[in-house]
Amino acid sequence: MSEAPTTRIGFGMSSPGQKSAGEGASEEEPASEEETLSPDARVSLVKEREATGIDEVFESLDADLVGLTPVKTRIREIAALLLVDRARGRFGLSTSRPNLHMSFTGSPGTGKTTVAMRMADMLHRLGYLRRGHLVSVTRDDLVGQYVGHTAPKTKEVLKRAMGGVLFIDEAYYLYREDNERDYGQESVEILLQVMENHREDLVVILAGYKDRMDSFFASNPGMSSRIAHHIDFPDYTLDELDDIGKLLLRAEGYALTPEGEQTFRKYLDNRKAQPRFANARSVRNAIERARLRHASRMMTTDESVGRDELTTLMPEDFLGSRVFTEANGEKSNSDPA
Amino acid sequence: MRITQGTFSFLPDLTDDEITAQIQYALDNNWPCSVEFTDDPHPRNVYWDMWGLPMFDLADAAGVLAEVNACRKAKPEQYIRINAYNANYGKQTVALSYLVQRPSDEPGFRLDRQEVKDRQIRYSLHPYAADAPPGRRYNGQQ
Repeated sequence: MSEAPTTRIGFGMSSPGQKSAGEGASEEEPASEEETLSPDARVSLVKEREATGIDEVFESLDADLVGLTPVKTRIREIAALLLVDRARGRFGLSTSRPNLHMSFTGSPGTGKTTVAMRMADMLHRLGYLRRGHLVSVTRDDLVGQYVGHTAPKTKEVLKRAMGGVLFIDEAYYLYREDNERDYGQESVEILLQVMENHREDLVVILAGYKDRMDSFFASNPGMSSRIAHHIDFPDYTLDELDDIGKLLLRAEGYALTPEGEQTFRKYLDNRKAQPRFANARSVRNAIERARLRHASRMMTTDESVGRDELTTLMPEDFLGSRVFTEANGEKSNSDPA
Repeated sequence: MRITQGTFSFLPDLTDDEITAQIQYALDNNWPCSVEFTDDPHPRNVYWDMWGLPMFDLADAAGVLAEVNACRKAKPEQYIRINAYNANYGKQTVALSYLVQRPSDEPGFRLDRQEVKDRQIRYSLHPYAADAPPGRRYNGQQ
């Protein structure tokens, strides 16, 4: 029943991104399914743009995210590069796949996670990522607790992130300078390897506070050089914080009286100067607390309440905050509410 | 003798692109995939060795294919299959299982006849490959 040895058909080793020669360009460029354009043909970049639906992402980026001009500019540049690469591909010009690993640095609450989520969606629409999901992890998800635990853990997370974006929050915790036996280093090495070899499968975004990320990159020069885009998220100005607050209030279905607006602005001004200010996150917390005070104020009134009373925040809802009492000189060590 | 086990086994061997498409189909149906290998080709050998744990929460086929390639590298002369498990209540079974690698040379099976009492004959299949100890069955390789 035995047969002579046969040559193996199929089951060759290759990854989905790299096809063997003669099979045409890679699958993530739908345009390449068409015939290669002649050298004197013209393509409309506007049409390409519309086909990807990228403008919707930009519009929602502009509408939902206040400020962050340098970030938005960089995102537009990346989108433009990917679109031009697609057009080049249609002419049969070779386009090397750009390196899109990124690092987001900035103070707390400057929108790093939110932008990462939009980034995954945008890269998916531009055909750079196959799936466009975001896997958000921290040190706990990557680094193991005993010898030999880290590698499988990191690899599992990387497998889950394939086809999308791996977002590593507080990435500087991966490397602890004071402990050279820390397993974080092993995780960093696996990350580096995957960032280099599986560039077509996933995009890694590292996020963290500016100063600590700088020292993280200083101790991992390989990591820094493999990241093409170091994007710094600036702190919000008072006007931007004000806009964020109004955006949040509108989303929650609340409104401010004109005096309320002034008080809110003053609150932000005071809060900004105090320690542990977390930009947009502090604004959100301030609004949450104002809602609490508003609700207890509603409960204490004996009169019947209408729609206006239920949706309008008054100055006293903000004035009850400790931020105002501390600004008047009574310092305390507790977290300002 | 080319053994035929699992889905697609009467088709020509799948290319990597076809394997990727099948993995993606399984993942789109929320079936976690796992990779298994063996060098015992007997059709009743249902317990293959696991290559790592089953992979949950994957979105893209590249992760599974990376494991398949790692397994191919470590076991170039063994059978490798992908199992996709349907965990839905009422199913809870393997939904799709197919070979993604076979040894370059498959020697096939011998038919053994055993005479038992009253001139009865019992038949059994014996894979020629199983004559060698495990791990050295196909071209003396893993």
